[in-house]
Amino acid sequence: MTEAATEEALEKKMNTVPLKMVGKDVSVYYGDKRALYDVNLNVRENTVTALIGPSGCGKSTFLRTLNRMNDTIDGCRVTGLITLDGGDIYDPAIDVVELRARVGMVFQKPNPFPKSIYENVSYGPRIHGLARTKAELDQVVEQSLQRAGLWNEVKDRLHESGTGLSGGQQQRLCIARAVAVSPEVILMDEPCSALDPIATAKVEELIHELRANFTIVIVTHSMQQAARVSQRTAMFHLGNLVEENDTDKMFTNPDDQRTQDYIMGRFG
Amino acid sequence: MSTTLLIGILLAIAAVAYTLGRMRANAVAGGKSSALHSRPNYYGAYVALAAFLPPLIVVAAWLAISPFIVNSSVRDTFPDEVKAQSPAQQSLAFGMVATIARGLPKLTEEELRAIQQDPSTLQAVFATKGVAVAAEARPYMLESAATLNGMTRTSRLALAAVAIGLSLAGAFFSLRSVAPRFRARNKVERVILWALLLASSIAILTTIGIVASMATEALHFFTMVPAHEFFFGTVWDPRFAGAGATSSGQFGLIPLLAGTLYIGFVAMLVAVPVGLFAAIYMAEYATPRMRSLAKPLLEVLAGIPTIVYGFFALVTVGPFLRDLSAQLNGLATGNYANFIQAQSVITAGIVMGIMLIPYVSSLSDDIITAVPRALRDGSLGLGATRSETIKRVILPAALPGIVGALLMTASRAIGETMIVVLAAGVAARMQINPFEPMTTVTVKIVNQLTGDLEFTSPQTLVAFALGITLFCITLALNIYALYIVRKYREQYE
Amino acid sequence: MTDIVSQASGKVVSAAPPRRDIGIRRRYAAERRFRFYGLAAIAFGLVFLFILLWTVVSKGYTAFLQTEITLPITFSEQLIDPGNKRESDPKVLQTANYPLLVRDALAEKLGIASSDRPALRQVSGLFSDSARVTLRDMVVSDPSIIGKTVPVTVLASANIDSAFKGQFDLTVDEGSRKVSDQQLGWVNTLAEEGVLSKGFNTGLFVNGNSSRPEAAGLGVALVGSLYLMGIVLVLSLPIGVAASIYLEEFAPKNRLTDLIEVNINNLAAVPSIVYGLLGLAVFINFAGLPRSAPLVGGLVLTLMTLPTIIIATRAALRAVPPSIRSAALGLGASRMQTIFHHVLPLAMPGILTGTIIGLAHALGETAPLLLIGMVAFVANVPATPLDPSTALPVQIYMWANEAERAFVERTSGAIIVLLAFLIIMNLGAILLRRRFERRW
Repeated sequence: MTEAATEEALEKKMNTVPLKMVGKDVSVYYGDKRALYDVNLNVRENTVTALIGPSGCGKSTFLRTLNRMNDTIDGCRVTGLITLDGGDIYDPAIDVVELRARVGMVFQKPNPFPKSIYENVSYGPRIHGLARTKAELDQVVEQSLQRAGLWNEVKDRLHESGTGLSGGQQQRLCIARAVAVSPEVILMDEPCSALDPIATAKVEELIHELRANFTIVIVTHSMQQAARVSQRTAMFHLGNLVEENDTDKMFTNPDDQRTQDYIMGRFG
Repeated sequence: MSTTLLIGILLAIAAVAYTLGRMRANAVAGGKSSALHSRPNYYGAYVALAAFLPPLIVVAAWLAISPFIVNSSVRDTFPDEVKAQSPAQQSLAFGMVATIARGLPKLTEEELRAIQQDPSTLQAVFATKGVAVAAEARPYMLESAATLNGMTRTSRLALAAVAIGLSLAGAFFSLRSVAPRFRARNKVERVILWALLLASSIAILTTIGIVASMATEALHFFTMVPAHEFFFGTVWDPRFAGAGATSSGQFGLIPLLAGTLYIGFVAMLVAVPVGLFAAIYMAEYATPRMRSLAKPLLEVLAGIPTIVYGFFALVTVGPFLRDLSAQLNGLATGNYANFIQAQSVITAGIVMGIMLIPYVSSLSDDIITAVPRALRDGSLGLGATRSETIKRVILPAALPGIVGALLMTASRAIGETMIVVLAAGVAARMQINPFEPMTTVTVKIVNQLTGDLEFTSPQTLVAFALGITLFCITLALNIYALYIVRKYREQYE
Repeated sequence: MTDIVSQASGKVVSAAPPRRDIGIRRRYAAERRFRFYGLAAIAFGLVFLFILLWTVVSKGYTAFLQTEITLPITFSEQLIDPGNKRESDPKVLQTANYPLLVRDALAEKLGIASSDRPALRQVSGLFSDSARVTLRDMVVSDPSIIGKTVPVTVLASANIDSAFKGQFDLTVDEGSRKVSDQQLGWVNTLAEEGVLSKGFNTGLFVNGNSSRPEAAGLGVALVGSLYLMGIVLVLSLPIGVAASIYLEEFAPKNRLTDLIEVNINNLAAVPSIVYGLLGLAVFINFAGLPRSAPLVGGLVLTLMTLPTIIIATRAALRAVPPSIRSAALGLGASRMQTIFHHVLPLAMPGILTGTIIGLAHALGETAPLLLIGMVAFVANVPATPLDPSTALPVQIYMWANEAERAFVERTSGAIIVLLAFLIIMNLGAILLRRRFERRW
């Protein structure tokens, strides 16, 4: 098979994966400042999509539009269309609370609530009323912690404060917290930037496992990380989406000159 | 020579010294000011300080000490039978001597002679000069008064001579030391630094002053009334302070403390929910426009003097509650008798609560906005509504800080005076009906200390015992609150 | 916030049905309730602010007008000095029954016979007792006035003043109100003839205290408060700034400075009445300064205001960026020079703002002044800070305790004056902050 044929086959295979979220001509303004220029990006189901690019390129901004976290910033305005399973998430009929229950988020810095580990994880199910009994809630907590690979480390101290954990554990706690709501999509905003290499490896491993059940969009600073954890990669530069491609292709043979330069480390 | 004049002379010497110092600095530098270590001004200032500070210290010390010396020498001139009297009577006699001494210079020669012949006319003659003498003068008093005046005059003259001499000497020697390599600036700055240190020690001196003065007077009080009767007494009935009062009355703190705490509690009942909800709304919901309008308006409440709140309680809230209760009673039972008194726990409590709203809201606002954004985002990102985020994440996280803020507010409620003076009543009673008047520690301090004071009667001194109790309670609340708030801030830094 | 271009995509745009029940409706109801509580709390505070201000203004604005009676009065020698002894005994002029002069002049104006005693008594009720002092002062300063007829303005009595301002409910039975129908009739006659009229109440700002509400004024209180503010400003600003400079710029980090730090924070929270006790014990009982004197009040308020000023000044000093200090130090300036030449001028607006706010606080402070005896009946304007005096808030307290209705009006008027001063000071602080606000 020729190289071109492989590529074609790969593309075809990727195209069969259904689209979970679609961004069409998405622009974001902070007051008068425009932060994102007509971005068109598809997020495929049960895929890890990595958003890369130099700092200030708009990748985090785009990520935050996907569950409308930008709503909490005064003077922020979003135009264009973003859909989740075909439904416009900025439709006035859509409720942010419900949206965020479906599209969860993990932040750059681990931000456990200053409460016990158990309360951190059970917070989401509790507010959304996802568990009817204490036993059900216990089960959700255990399952989520297990999925986040944290169960064995914390099962004996579930009622100690979440802020007492190490940085890596805290971040996995935050992931467990997000998982406990059983969202369909999990957004991760540079989840490893505050972690040491060992903790990073654990989180990356976790992302890999979570892919089976969740659609994941991850913003990362590190191209190696994007290469390790993602199947699709989107490259942002100065508020524009430069290229969106399969991760393998992106890192071996990108279509765009700027991607090549960035990957080669010409700017960053 | 009066002290003002002396200080004026010293200042004048200092001004001259300053000019001389500058001129000398310029002279030794030979016109090249770069040859000097410091700018010429500093040499001037150095010389001026040397001419002014040492005599100033001497003047201060002299003025503080000399009255004691003069007084004791004057008392030595008293006849033996006076010396044998009690200290109180001696100081009474000395007081009269001092008054006579003040009046003596106003007399003409003839009047003086007339008085010397017949001291009993002294009172009348002095009265025409505008000097009121308390009792009939005794012959020895005139002599003592003359001695007093003489010694005071001598002392003043001596002080003036010493101070001016010192000043001139300081100027002379410091002028001689002016040289190009002389570090005038460093010396001047050292003096300034000491002045700055002195200024900041006033804070400590104030505290020491508060504690020492109140403790002394309170201890004095406890020699007349046993401490346990004060702290555990349940009856407040001080009687009147007056000569010949044999029974000293009862000074039970408990009813006052109960009133203070009860009114404070009602006030907090009003202020805490209102202030807290207002703070939450401002911090989490209000648009910037609304915040910029409502926040300063609420803070106006904190800027209004408490006497105005007291007046408001007295003429508006109290009568309103009284009439309202009468109407309610009439509707319910047909008997239009009011069951809320115009002066009552609830009147004072509500008005004080309104006054405290801005304290609660601005303190809590600071604390709520100090909760890191990450926690808020974390909760919102999981799909929590704003109110869920506030109730379940932000408030629990801010709780220690808010508790601290509430303790500070409570200490303000306990120390508040003017509202309760006008709205709470003066009856020291122990009861639980909020519609009846009660009284507070602060009201009683004011009551005991307005009017004639005698620093020997328990009726006056009890105010200091009340004061130190109040001080200790508020201090404890504040220190604890500051500690909590500090801990809380460290947590998020 | 959102601006949807839904035509952009052809295939989508119907909101997906909710996936699972997460109690949206119930939770939003709770959200709305919560929000409503917040709004209600703010509204509660603002409503009370409004009621408070409205009470004071509606009760007090009339205090700035005063009903006066202007009419020619004959200084009859027969009444003032029947025995013509004023040369030998100056007391005669002091003690003459001057109100009779006014009464007779009014009676003549109203055409009341001098034999009609009950009517004459009612006429006496028309004008203030302060007429005695007004006329006496005229006669004593110029005895040649005796025997002449001169137009004089005297104050109407408090009840007539209230009635003329329409503050009495005239439907009440005549016997149970303080002004009779006959008096009201006269008031109307006099008003028509221009004898009785309302004028601006200068007496409110000039007179000392008086037991007659119509003659009571804030003169002493204003001068007293002025002395207090002057003393507080002169003492607390330099001391506060000096202390802050030391603590912020020079103090080594050790136990002592830690102690001072905690101390200042606590002093700021000590109840003001405790400062009154301090003043009483230290300045009056120990140092022997006179009671009721603005000097003592000023010292007490200075100690009370210092912590506020120190806290504000330290914040202002801290806001000056370190780069300014480094720049000056790098040029070879000493630390002292750096602070006095560069840091302090830059921090000045913040310091002054804090000082004004501290002063405003001190101006409204009442409790400590009560304890050092500034709550005294003072009729004469104090010439020096050592003379007995009252202060604005204390005067309000004293008038608030008076039973007479007319004093409520005076009290509210005095509160308006006090609030006006506070507003001016706070506006000054705000303007200062706006004008010099610097963003680093």
